[in-house]
Amino acid sequence: MISPLEARYYRRPIPLLWWARRRSYLTFMVRELSSVFVALFVVELLLLVRAVGGGPAAYERFLGTMAEPAMIVLNVVALAFVLLHAVTFANLTPRAMVVRVRRYRVPPRVVLAGVYFGWLVVTLFLAWLVVG
Amino acid sequence: MWLLFSAGGVVAALVLPVLLVLFGVAIPLGWVKAPDYPQLLATLRNPLTRLALLGVCALALVHAAHRLRFTVEHALRLRRQDPIIATVCYGGAIAGAAAAAYLLFVAL
Repeated sequence: MISPLEARYYRRPIPLLWWARRRSYLTFMVRELSSVFVALFVVELLLLVRAVGGGPAAYERFLGTMAEPAMIVLNVVALAFVLLHAVTFANLTPRAMVVRVRRYRVPPRVVLAGVYFGWLVVTLFLAWLVVG
Repeated sequence: MWLLFSAGGVVAALVLPVLLVLFGVAIPLGWVKAPDYPQLLATLRNPLTRLALLGVCALALVHAAHRLRFTVEHALRLRRQDPIIATVCYGGAIAGAAAAAYLLFVAL
């Protein structure tokens, strides 16, 4: 028999790889890991800023490094994760934020459409800023 | 903390994909011509760009640090090591933000 005291302090052991057991847990982990690639790209962006600050030669060297096949592969993988982050975060917005206009709740679908429209506007603006 | 986290998530979602497509894939593969040096320098030296980029970098790093902290703790069951993990994660984010401030406002 297990005494009530023992029962109270019993913790079910959790396997170390608990998140690999179910698809939904695994998706959760993959989504959480996207933040690593977000941080990685921030570092790349800062290296670009450093290269531009270092003069035209440093900028050319930076472009050369980014054109290495290994870097391109890494960045394609990073892009997949960053897009996953962006899509999951955008889809979260209507749930996290209730928009009201004159006491009426704006339907979540409309909020979501607004988010994607904003994304499009920001994307086009930045592309124009970079490419000119 | 929660506000910084979600702000970082929003900023990362809005701004990073297009920059990553351009600088990580499209320009290296030659689909898009790389911006001329003087033009890019002028854009980056614009005070608004500097401020915006600093904000994007700092917030995205805080977001990633916060997420990574709990992911590592939950995935590997390291709850007890939280003080160390939290220090490493947020410390890294703060160091990255400081580096961003230096690169954008001093070295550029």
